[in-house]
Amino acid sequence: MTWEVVIGLETHAQLSTASKIFSGASTAFGATPNTQASAVDIALPGVLPVLNRGAVERAIRFGLAVGAAINRKSVFARKNYFYPDLPKGYQISQYEIPVVQGGSVAIVSPTRGEIRIALTRAHLEEDAGKSLHERIASPGTPGHEMTGIDLNRAGMPLLEIVSEPDMRSAAEAVVYAKALHALVRWIGICDGNMQEGSFRFDANVSVRRQGEAKLGTRCEIKNLNSFRFLQQAIEFEVRRQTELIEDGGKVVQETRLYDPDRGETRSMRSKEDAQDYRYFPDPDLPPLSIDEAWIERIRADMPELPEAMRTRLVREYALPGAEAAMLVSQREMAGYFERLVAAGVDPRLAGNWLLGEVSAALNKAEIDIVQAPVSSASLAGMLRRIADGTISGKLAKQVFEAMWAGEGDADAIIAARGLRQISDAGAIEQIVADVLAANAAIVAEYKAGKEKAFQSLVGKAMAATRGKANPIEVNAALKKMLG
Amino acid sequence: MSPPMITAPLTELSQALAAKRLSSVELIEGLLARIDRGNGRLNAFLTIDRERALGAARLADVQRSRGTAGPLTGIPIAHKDVIMTEGLKTTCGSRMLEKFIAPYSAFVVEQLAAAGMVLVGKTNMDEFAMGSSNENSFFGPVRNPWNADFVAGGSSGGSAAAIAARFVPAATGTDTGGSIRQPAALSGVCGIKPTYGVCSRYGLVAFASSLDTPGVFGQTAADCAMLLTAMAGHDARDSTSLDRPREDYARDIDAAVTSKPLAGLRIGLPREYAGEGTDVAVARAIETALAEFRRLGAVTVDVSLPNVHLSVPVYYVIAPAEASSNLSRFDGVRYGHRAASYSDLDDMYCKTRAEGFGAEVKRRILVGTYVLSHGYYDAYYLKAQQVRRLIADDFRRAYDSCDLIIGPTSPTAAFRLGEKSDDPVKMYLNDIFTIAGNLTGAPAMSIPCGFDERGLPIGLQIQGDHFAEAKILNAAHRYQQVTDWHRRIPTEFAP
Amino acid sequence: MALSLDEVRRIAHLARIEITPAEAADVRAKLESIFELIGRMRAVDTTGIVPMSHAQDLVLPLREDRVTETDRHASYQQVAPAVEDGLYLVPKVIE
Repeated sequence: MTWEVVIGLETHAQLSTASKIFSGASTAFGATPNTQASAVDIALPGVLPVLNRGAVERAIRFGLAVGAAINRKSVFARKNYFYPDLPKGYQISQYEIPVVQGGSVAIVSPTRGEIRIALTRAHLEEDAGKSLHERIASPGTPGHEMTGIDLNRAGMPLLEIVSEPDMRSAAEAVVYAKALHALVRWIGICDGNMQEGSFRFDANVSVRRQGEAKLGTRCEIKNLNSFRFLQQAIEFEVRRQTELIEDGGKVVQETRLYDPDRGETRSMRSKEDAQDYRYFPDPDLPPLSIDEAWIERIRADMPELPEAMRTRLVREYALPGAEAAMLVSQREMAGYFERLVAAGVDPRLAGNWLLGEVSAALNKAEIDIVQAPVSSASLAGMLRRIADGTISGKLAKQVFEAMWAGEGDADAIIAARGLRQISDAGAIEQIVADVLAANAAIVAEYKAGKEKAFQSLVGKAMAATRGKANPIEVNAALKKMLG
Repeated sequence: MSPPMITAPLTELSQALAAKRLSSVELIEGLLARIDRGNGRLNAFLTIDRERALGAARLADVQRSRGTAGPLTGIPIAHKDVIMTEGLKTTCGSRMLEKFIAPYSAFVVEQLAAAGMVLVGKTNMDEFAMGSSNENSFFGPVRNPWNADFVAGGSSGGSAAAIAARFVPAATGTDTGGSIRQPAALSGVCGIKPTYGVCSRYGLVAFASSLDTPGVFGQTAADCAMLLTAMAGHDARDSTSLDRPREDYARDIDAAVTSKPLAGLRIGLPREYAGEGTDVAVARAIETALAEFRRLGAVTVDVSLPNVHLSVPVYYVIAPAEASSNLSRFDGVRYGHRAASYSDLDDMYCKTRAEGFGAEVKRRILVGTYVLSHGYYDAYYLKAQQVRRLIADDFRRAYDSCDLIIGPTSPTAAFRLGEKSDDPVKMYLNDIFTIAGNLTGAPAMSIPCGFDERGLPIGLQIQGDHFAEAKILNAAHRYQQVTDWHRRIPTEFAP
Repeated sequence: MALSLDEVRRIAHLARIEITPAEAADVRAKLESIFELIGRMRAVDTTGIVPMSHAQDLVLPLREDRVTETDRHASYQQVAPAVEDGLYLVPKVIE
């Protein structure tokens, strides 16, 4: 029996505002507990929420980036439930009328090619605080474990992005997750730092027999904060559900957590059968009104989006599609690329180097391109020396490594290490003559018909000059002298 | 300094202070002595801050000597204990906040302090502003200064009683379903609830967010006008606060008097107000008052508010619903009462809230939770908000043919302590005339207009369309120029 | 409308208020009378009427994105029932 997997993702992106969504407290990460929790954030009696314009702007930007509708009027609603990290006993969210409706994200599915994942909606809401589950020695009843509550995160602005259940595999879900991640960073609304919790997923997973129209019962896996866990959790859940049904059981709708140590999802202890959130429009917040003028101002300020840029790179520079896709996976990478091209570097050379040597160096140092010790101007300078024949492509790698290590710019390193390529015809001829004279046996092999011997001779010439001989010239000279 | 001076209305005290016939310290000391003598009996005040008050009074006298004093400088004010006052206990009449010291002050407190008023103390109230008799306070009921066996009205009973007993010339209150107007009526003082949004709710412990309105009590309409002017204003910390130019609410009062000062004023009399369980004495007092208004030049017209009888049921869906959510923050985690023993987190919540809240608060939270719950939201909450609009539309139409609507504030005068406390619905029906003003957000005021056969005060309610405060206050003021109900003082508290 | 004791208990738990069995019966009786009062409004025809959640047609004001709050946790935590190392203490929930 073949199974079809149906996956929808809910993504919580922490918006990159300076202050919180309903209070003027700072959003900076890593502060001492409760030092960034204002009266509004800790829900003192008598305080009231006031909406941050920056959060709304970012929501609108997102809506425009995914081609969604921006609701001219949207409503904040209270989602009521009790939990210590939720100071008011309700979360201010949006329920019936969110700020963003619809939209879609283009991905390249590993199985289905270029498809669009539809979005249901995206809405603004506030984040809850954090429970710190360490054993805290406190006076009182012995043996009673306590949890410490830090409300610094309470009131952080979130954009909850809900996809349609359009994904059909864990791999596809990860591709979508990565595309969404890249997009929110590209348009500058979220830093996407998953370790810090700026970007997290809930995955809704269900299975059904191939061909069946009705959706299976779904389970929600909450709070996945890495692409790896996302993939693993979904894969496990699919196995669990299919095995369960094949064994004659039924999938129960529930919320589950992924345990990365065990590699499995498990049911959250259900607090009650079904949470009754008693949503109602928040009387402290009149409806949010967004006018055309504001939307147009934001639209005018939007950068070229990754999809459009990808198409343009392929069209303008004849870059392979996959390469163009990788260059636009991050705005700073694409910017670096554009600066190389603007400095006169051949686009394909620029692409090769960025996705090759530069990316390898970044990965090795575990840094991001914005922290690269070699600027686009410096790299352009070096690449120019390949183009004008000063150094060979092979030696260029050495130069690059030295530049990366901070030894100076390309010209300085070429001079210091004497890496200038030897291209002078006379010098080449002399070198080749010396090689032929010193390697009579190999010459004989070549003359006897062994093609590979030619390469050996080239190699000897290169070794004799420590790689500095221009290989094209060497080839030409050898051919001429061997006849 | 002669004793009667310190029990005079605000406007007179202001003049006396300005003329240096009285110092602020003398005024405060005199009133604190009255409070010491009488509060034990009435239980109007929950907290008195002698030192802070006298310190502020001394400062006020210095300002006056320097010529930098304003009309409200050095005059004492009491705040209802639902309003946050930094550094002072703010209990909301509840065990839940029995020991809670406010870490900040409300906007209205800041405004009146900036005008130079001297904070004397916090007044008793129905717990979390839920009640119509001030019998729901954890700290004991407030007694009516006119007869201590009777209720003072609620939820701002302490503030109303404090004015009636001449403990202070000014007090704040909050009005969600009538909680300023009804105790004003039952205690024989003036109380005004302005248009929703005119006074910021920042620092008011929330009961029902779309209905809560801060307001004031005073001996006269002119007093209320002065206080409201100082207290109102836009506050960026409250998203429902109106951003409008400041108003002088006494502007009509201060205008020139003619022989018919209310000429041209059309007073609407809703035919639906007749009956509704109104006491004979109350009805008669209203009729007598209306005759005065006509003599002042006003005309009365019949109006109809066909849906107004639904005010009470609508209110008892909306207010508890919003309250059930607003009171969820009282969970024993960050402030307030926490149960001493519990088995786990859930148990801590359940015991903390069962111990911290009184019976009426618990009832309303349960009603509110129910009407918002899955499956009932449309039938109750949504329905109530729709009927609310019908009621609001009724009033809007009525104001096409009249300027103000006048009638009784409460169907009866004060009742005995304990008489209605066992029947919540009976208690709810006390608010039958006041609730609509909260549902529509329109301003309304209660002023004394007589007494019943037991010597208990009767209140007249004047309602207006949105932003008609100056008109309401002026009508009340002109009435007070030809009557003296507002000058009566309970014998026990005569100066 | 009739309210069962089970429903009273369910609502009480949703609201995190402990109701003893002794209280439950009294609470139920009082709630029933309140619901009878509320019931009067349900008969009104409200087809097509827009619900009124605010007294006026207010516009939601927006705040500039700026940090305006300073650290006042010492003062705020003075009123806290249980605090350690700046953290609010509550009984631990095991997920």
